[in-house]
Amino acid sequence: MIEARGLTKRYGTTVAVDDLSFEVRPGQVTGFLGPNGSGKSTTMRMIMGLDHPSAGSVTVNGRRYGDLPRPLREVGALLEAKAIHPGRSAYNHLWCLAQTNGIPRSRVDAVLELVGLADVARRRAGAFSLGMGQRLGMAAALLGDPGVLLFDEPVNGLDPEGIRWVRNLLKGLAAEGRTVFVSSHLMSEMALTADHLVVIGRGRLIADLPVQEFIAQSSRQYVRARSPEPARLAELLRSAGATVVAETDGSLTVTGLAMADVGEVAARNQVVLHELSPQAGSLEDAFMELTNDSVEYRGDVTTDAAAAARHAPVGALTTDPLSDLAR
Amino acid sequence: MTTTTPPNAVPAGTAVPLSPATGRLSPVDVLRSEWTKLRSVRSTVWSLAALAVATVGLGAIITAVSNNRWRTFTLVERLSFDPTSRSLRGVFLAQLAIGVLGILVITSEYGTGMIRATLTAVPRRPLVLAAKTAVFGAVALVVSEVVTFAAFFVGQSLLKSPVPHATLGQPGVARAVVGSGIYLAVLGLFALGIGSLIRHTAGAISIFVGALLILPLILNAFPASVQQTLSKFLPLTVLQAMISTQPRPDTFAPWTGLGLMAIYAAVVLVAAGVLFVRRDA
Ligand SMILES: Nc1ncnc2c1ncn2[C@@H]1O[C@H](COP(=O)(O)OP(=O)(O)OP(=O)(O)O)[C@@H](O)[C@H]1O
Ligand SMILES: [Mg+2]
Repeated sequence: MIEARGLTKRYGTTVAVDDLSFEVRPGQVTGFLGPNGSGKSTTMRMIMGLDHPSAGSVTVNGRRYGDLPRPLREVGALLEAKAIHPGRSAYNHLWCLAQTNGIPRSRVDAVLELVGLADVARRRAGAFSLGMGQRLGMAAALLGDPGVLLFDEPVNGLDPEGIRWVRNLLKGLAAEGRTVFVSSHLMSEMALTADHLVVIGRGRLIADLPVQEFIAQSSRQYVRARSPEPARLAELLRSAGATVVAETDGSLTVTGLAMADVGEVAARNQVVLHELSPQAGSLEDAFMELTNDSVEYRGDVTTDAAAAARHAPVGALTTDPLSDLAR
Repeated sequence: MTTTTPPNAVPAGTAVPLSPATGRLSPVDVLRSEWTKLRSVRSTVWSLAALAVATVGLGAIITAVSNNRWRTFTLVERLSFDPTSRSLRGVFLAQLAIGVLGILVITSEYGTGMIRATLTAVPRRPLVLAAKTAVFGAVALVVSEVVTFAAFFVGQSLLKSPVPHATLGQPGVARAVVGSGIYLAVLGLFALGIGSLIRHTAGAISIFVGALLILPLILNAFPASVQQTLSKFLPLTVLQAMISTQPRPDTFAPWTGLGLMAIYAAVVLVAAGVLFVRRDA
């Protein structure tokens, strides 16, 4: 169990993490999603007691990380930067960590076996490939058989086989009842791995919801319409109750009105249509929409209505996340 | 292409169950871990080998040269000839080796990101720095004593009659040999403190070398009276007094100088400890 309350981190004038509150529960994979620079790694470093929060707090199993009596026995982490001395062998790397937390040598051998590095355990870690280095990081995270695990972009640089291995590992760990918190900037990856999502943008919480819910919302459909008279059509559709966004390419993105109804409104008012097509946003689109908005929303002062209009193409996503944003 | 075996298909973290966690982080465990770290990287072996070569090798060369040039020495030179000091001249060069090792003990962790793994395993930061200091200090002291004794014995064996040579029983000789070893260890701890403050290998080495070698040059620019007062406080002056068996003018007494070095090291290490706790890793 991880609990963040009002977690904030400032680096000079940069606000990397902004008043973030969330819980990560055991028995499921919780995806930590956000675009580059949104504060995922910073949040994870604060959870692990490496960076000091500027405000707020975060606890693991109810305690600050620094207060855990045997931290590796409760929490394991694979953080962004490789935390391995290239001149040390994989075995010695794990052994010097194990010694600090009273973990026996047999466990070092076991995790090396588990991640498939047993044969190269005596080789210098500097000679390892990216994938092998990532596995060594995994081994370090699993060393103390912890109930809480954090992984910062664990599939970065891995080949498809490695990605599948990580995915199964994470799911397996969650199935054993552990708390698994994994960051990514790829929605598609999280859709396959995670059960729950914590989405941030610019350090702020945007959404905290089950993956299924996110998928259901983001697979909402919308309609694209093209007309030589886009302004008039938009006006008519709005008065018919639709939400309309004029795209830069001249098309209109219409939500809140079925495609047939859009056609009928056009026909009734004798507006020529050049295109009328159903659209389905991909998960990745939905995620980008969500996080881009958070960027825009914070970048300039817009009204809630304007922000809502930008949200329109992904329909119901506006409801939940926006209420968070508008807080 | 990789030489790894395929990863275990069953991702059971419980494959080898651990007995339930008991106890808490203990200083002994952290000391053991730091000892494993120190002896499991090659840079330790290289630095210590450099330390030995510098101390013993350079000492031997300087003593051998003195032995061969004895005939050309003036009477004054012969009377002031200090065979102990000659054989310990290599310690001047050894300062760089012990300094680099002391710096690497901590900066290599920052350079590689290992510090994050270290602090994740042991979030009690003062404990981490204390353990590093203790383990490195102990290793530095043992190795430095071994090499200063070796330099002394090798050097003396190269001095052939009529050139006088020293024995450990003569006044000030044992003090010079033992004291030089302690000096090196203390200097290494000073360097470790610098490394912890600066956190970058190259930067820390620059500052260390600056404190050791550049400060005397800067001091040269001052009037003689100022030089005389201040140069006593320089590490090199302390070392000069330590390797000599005879009292020298314009220096602190050997043990006083060493105490001064210990104060420098302590100040830097305490400052490093305070920042270590405060800063983000
Ligand atoms: N040590 C630091 N000093 C100054 N700024 C920092 C520091 N660490 C992070 N930042 C800034 O904080 C913000 C969040 O960075 P962070 O690395 O946490 O993002 P992220 O979500 O992990 O991104 P990515 O997906 O690229 O890994 C960025 O703007 C970054 O530039
Ligand atoms: Mg990151």
